Amino acid sequence: MIEALEILLTASFWAAALRIATPLIFGTLGELICERAGVLNLGIEGIMTAGAMVGWTTVYMGADLWTGVLMAAACGAAYGVLHALLTVPLGLSQHVVGLGITLLASSLTYFSYRLLLPGATTPPTVEPFQPVDIPGLSDLPLVGAAVFGQTPITYLALVTIPVVAYVLNRTPVGLAVRMVGENPHAAEAQGINVTAVRMAAVTVGSAFMAVGGAFLTLAAFNSFFFTMIQGRGWVCIALVVFASWRPGKALLGAVLYGLFDAYQLRVQHVVEHVPYQLFLMTPYLLSILALILMSRRAAYPQALMRPYRKGER
Amino acid sequence: MRIERRETPHAVWALAAPFIAIVAALTLCAPLILWHGSPVAEAYGLLVKGTLGSRGAITETLSRATPLILTGLAAAVAFRAKLWNIGGEGQFYVGAIAAAAIGAGAVVLPAVLLIPFVMVCGAAAGALLLIGPTLLKTRLGVDEVVTTLLLNFVVLLFVSMMIEGPMKDPLAFGWPQSAPVIDEATLPKLIPKTRLHLGFLIAVGAAVVFWLIDTRTTWGFEARAVGSNPGAARFAGMSIQGVTLRVAIFSGALAGLAGASEVMGLRGYLALDLSPGFGYSGIVVAMLAQLHPLGVVAGAIFVACVFVGADAMGRTLGVPSFIADVIVATSLMCMLVAILAAQYRIRP
Repeated sequence: MIEALEILLTASFWAAALRIATPLIFGTLGELICERAGVLNLGIEGIMTAGAMVGWTTVYMGADLWTGVLMAAACGAAYGVLHALLTVPLGLSQHVVGLGITLLASSLTYFSYRLLLPGATTPPTVEPFQPVDIPGLSDLPLVGAAVFGQTPITYLALVTIPVVAYVLNRTPVGLAVRMVGENPHAAEAQGINVTAVRMAAVTVGSAFMAVGGAFLTLAAFNSFFFTMIQGRGWVCIALVVFASWRPGKALLGAVLYGLFDAYQLRVQHVVEHVPYQLFLMTPYLLSILALILMSRRAAYPQALMRPYRKGER
Repeated sequence: MRIERRETPHAVWALAAPFIAIVAALTLCAPLILWHGSPVAEAYGLLVKGTLGSRGAITETLSRATPLILTGLAAAVAFRAKLWNIGGEGQFYVGAIAAAAIGAGAVVLPAVLLIPFVMVCGAAAGALLLIGPTLLKTRLGVDEVVTTLLLNFVVLLFVSMMIEGPMKDPLAFGWPQSAPVIDEATLPKLIPKTRLHLGFLIAVGAAVVFWLIDTRTTWGFEARAVGSNPGAARFAGMSIQGVTLRVAIFSGALAGLAGASEVMGLRGYLALDLSPGFGYSGIVVAMLAQLHPLGVVAGAIFVACVFVGADAMGRTLGVPSFIADVIVATSLMCMLVAILAAQYRIRP
């Protein structure tokens, strides 16, 4: 019992929590941007898979790590454009298109991986991002090792949150995104091109998701393997609700998830006679629980999942 | 010249849409086969031959279509009422768990009684799994997409726990799989020496039953009314919660039945690779069928053709079998656009 509590006092536990949270931060921010503009993007799971593979393959082919991240983002944006084309100007069901994108992106990813690396039984590896210490801050007790001993992508995630929050809440671009998600008719009356803003938001959001996927293959692990996303995309969708569509709360949600996940991974080895699968279930069950607790107060963007057609009510 | 919306979709176009979508999808996927370095015509020839070329191929396709008909119906029934049940995969597996647990000798009855009993148990397990998310949706407004999706992962872990723990077959040389179902709970083969079993007829029967419910009964009318206009449905005195719950029970039961049928008819035991994503493919099947129960049978056979044919293509040409999923996903996208096109017309 004491052992199970001692885990909480180790810096490596807190560092792991932030590491687990990183792809979720990108994924949740990406989904949040889409939903703020009124589009539910269920393609997230497939886009993260694609980002993970494209980022890794780019680096494996000889490019440097940041080029890998950029290529992943570009690939995510491409799927975002496809999703946006089908859901925004064509106004197709966002549920079905999103699931279709997930099926398409993951199967295309697996197919391409098989063609690019035929006969690879043990996944090949690349040299991943290394933790970078920040002078001064990394020497702080506990916090230093937990927060300031991370890879550059995690720092990027932590910097992205306030940037997204600022853009959404304090700039004309953000106002346009929020307006088309709340009241597209009013936005149109203000001279905002609803279709363009929504498409741009979905594209940018999808790029974020893919970067989250790339983190897994370029920082958390060093190779790509099938089904590595493991429902992280769906967890992100739950986290967006948990975060009430606010970037700051998204960080809180992702870190909380990271803490639970890191804790269950460690406690598995301490507690005996309990099937390990029960521990692996807890993050999913907690995500559902979080969704239940927050749904009461959820203030959905008013036009979420409503296609917009000019001149139609 | 301008494009305008039709009052009702054009009938001929709506019927042609799936075929146009399939041709478009095969065309779009051709570059992938060229990328692999295989001739497209030969590859697609093998795909067709591998599914329809021989008696063995046809029965294999139909046996693969069996779970897809049921999961496709599960999705179609739910989507009609705008209940976004994406948890078909999880409901499939709980149905399989129930069938494997009860069919492996826990209850001993003659086959005529045991087979229906085990199937009902499988269906009930699937229905029970969907009731939770549905009540959360209707009572607390919790989005069912995420809850059903996340439950898929929980159920898979639960299956893993069961077949490594209480349900593990001690005679399976350490493989994580459940004890085999007894003969009395095994679905008889429709054609000897093939894999086609009674489950196929049950699945087709279910499609007919749901078509009748959909078109001839108040239940079907209410489900469609709640799906297309909940406000009007409530005003007409229907209970949205009640109708949604009923739809959920049917939908979950169908997916659970698919899992039970796979265990009882094909595999004989529960394992983690029982479903290569039947629950998710069911959604594609339902969309290809435009949510029509009888169309689901055709949609399921098409998707089964692609999967079985891609295996044949892979064996001969070495094209990775993931091409099947790509073709299926592309067909879905093309189908969505084709249906949309059927709803518009061009006025000069």
